[in-house]
Amino acid sequence: MIWKNPRIFWLSLILLVLFIVPALLAPWIVPYDPEEIHLSAQLRPPSLEHPLGQDQNGSDILSRLLYGARISLYVGFWVICIAGIIGITIGLISGYYGGWVDTLIMRIVDVLLAFPGLLLAIALVAVLGPNLNNVIIALTVQGWVSYARLVRGQVLAVKEQEFVLAAQTSGISDGRVMFRHILPNIIQPVIVQATFNLAGTIIAESSLSFLGLGVPPGTPSWGAMLSEGKDVLIDAPFVSIFPGLAIMLVVLICNILGDALRDHFDPKISR
Amino acid sequence: MIGFIIRRLLLLCPVLFGVITLVFFLIHMIPGDPVELMLGDSAMPTDKEELRHQLGLDLPLHEQYLNYLQDLVQGDFGTSIHSREPVAQEILERLPATIELMAGAMLIAIVLAIPLGLVSAVKRGSWIDQIAMFFSLLGVSIPNFWMGPMLILLFAIHLDWLPVNERGTLLHLILPAITLGTALASILSRITRSSVIETLGTDYIRTARAKGISEMQIVFRHAFRNALIPVITVIGLQIGVLLSGAIITEHIFDWPGLGNLLIEGIQSRNYPLVQGCVIFIAASYVFVNLLTDLSYAFIDPRVRLQ
Repeated sequence: MIWKNPRIFWLSLILLVLFIVPALLAPWIVPYDPEEIHLSAQLRPPSLEHPLGQDQNGSDILSRLLYGARISLYVGFWVICIAGIIGITIGLISGYYGGWVDTLIMRIVDVLLAFPGLLLAIALVAVLGPNLNNVIIALTVQGWVSYARLVRGQVLAVKEQEFVLAAQTSGISDGRVMFRHILPNIIQPVIVQATFNLAGTIIAESSLSFLGLGVPPGTPSWGAMLSEGKDVLIDAPFVSIFPGLAIMLVVLICNILGDALRDHFDPKISR
Repeated sequence: MIGFIIRRLLLLCPVLFGVITLVFFLIHMIPGDPVELMLGDSAMPTDKEELRHQLGLDLPLHEQYLNYLQDLVQGDFGTSIHSREPVAQEILERLPATIELMAGAMLIAIVLAIPLGLVSAVKRGSWIDQIAMFFSLLGVSIPNFWMGPMLILLFAIHLDWLPVNERGTLLHLILPAITLGTALASILSRITRSSVIETLGTDYIRTARAKGISEMQIVFRHAFRNALIPVITVIGLQIGVLLSGAIITEHIFDWPGLGNLLIEGIQSRNYPLVQGCVIFIAASYVFVNLLTDLSYAFIDPRVRLQ
């Protein structure tokens, strides 16, 4: 595939950095306050002063888009970190110890996997209330499961290998065997998983915000911007077009990166 | 086969029990009194007490939980706060719309994905393959809550070809079904492609080629049918993606299905309804997965032995 070309990979990586850097620098580089309301300038189309136009509150869409990138990145970063740490730890314990510990953990995993897609996150945010930290909690509750299953499978594949047996017989603690010896040998698929997970989390956060269950009203999140844009689709389609394009591009970049990393770590998969 | 079915059914019980327990306690963590929501602030305290007693909300939590389990077994999902109708009835009223939407999305996904994946595999590495696979990558990257409004903008507003925001004729179904089916089509086309490529590399295909059978016959009569087995499994397993995507698609198109019922329930803080919808959707998903497993075991006897 042409986009699996190393050049496309590097281009995607650069584009991802181009998404991350402006998001981090947003407070210093945005041309206007993203929450500033100008009711006299509602739904103005793109112009030189406002390259992406103004929304129904007269707020600058470009500034809101840059701040929205911060929210996507913030949620993506924390969900991957927390879900990754919990999932890796539980997966290691489950695969390493086996027996009733493994059975118990896998039954919990089965229950959490019984909720398709965003269903559990929607129910959790409905209970906890819509705010950014609750979105992170809601997405983490199910997010760790994919890491745990992946790591458990990998541990089962390597735990009988000689380097693990050697570590065990040298008398070091189980924790050290798991984290110092097994984990570095199984981390590659976890990195691939995290890349896809970033794409999934960005879509999930935007979906929750689109449904009115993510960030509080008025907060410049991409999903919330799309939800607001839906009401003025006929008069001002640009309000919806730009946040959607932003989500699509970032998710596409993450998917290309994930694909490339997976092929790099496991060339057998690339067909 | 019967032993396999019984084993799979037994494995299902703890999962369903876990789902119900998790959702029950989750919903009961919500601050606020459902009775106040039903009667309003101005109701007499005696009326509130009476309703609380009627609904069993004055009982300790564990007793409420046991009663809920007992009711669920009898198909009673509780009573909706606002309409005062049984939740099960509201769910069943909305279910046909969701099934219709999912069936439409599935049909679009299959019709698009299987020929696309097949052509990609046969023309592996060609520009057709490159374009088809790029579109499949794009398809999983476009969020349906953006695709829906963009389709409305183009086909309903600018071109005025298709209606939106109603359920009725097949024409009303097209845009929501495309919105919901695109991601599935992308996944299926990739699976079809890799499965056909794998099948085309097997020994029996090499034998068929050695016998001088035409490439068309090899692809359609020998490779395609066998390559479809994993595709069918993935179709079954992806029903969860459709169920979850239906919540958002229904919200965009104001489609009167189960997903919209759930969102309405959350917005109006109708917790028995939310609880019923979440349990129903999760249980349906678990059952569909079971049916997929069973059908796979039926097609491929090796699965039963694992």
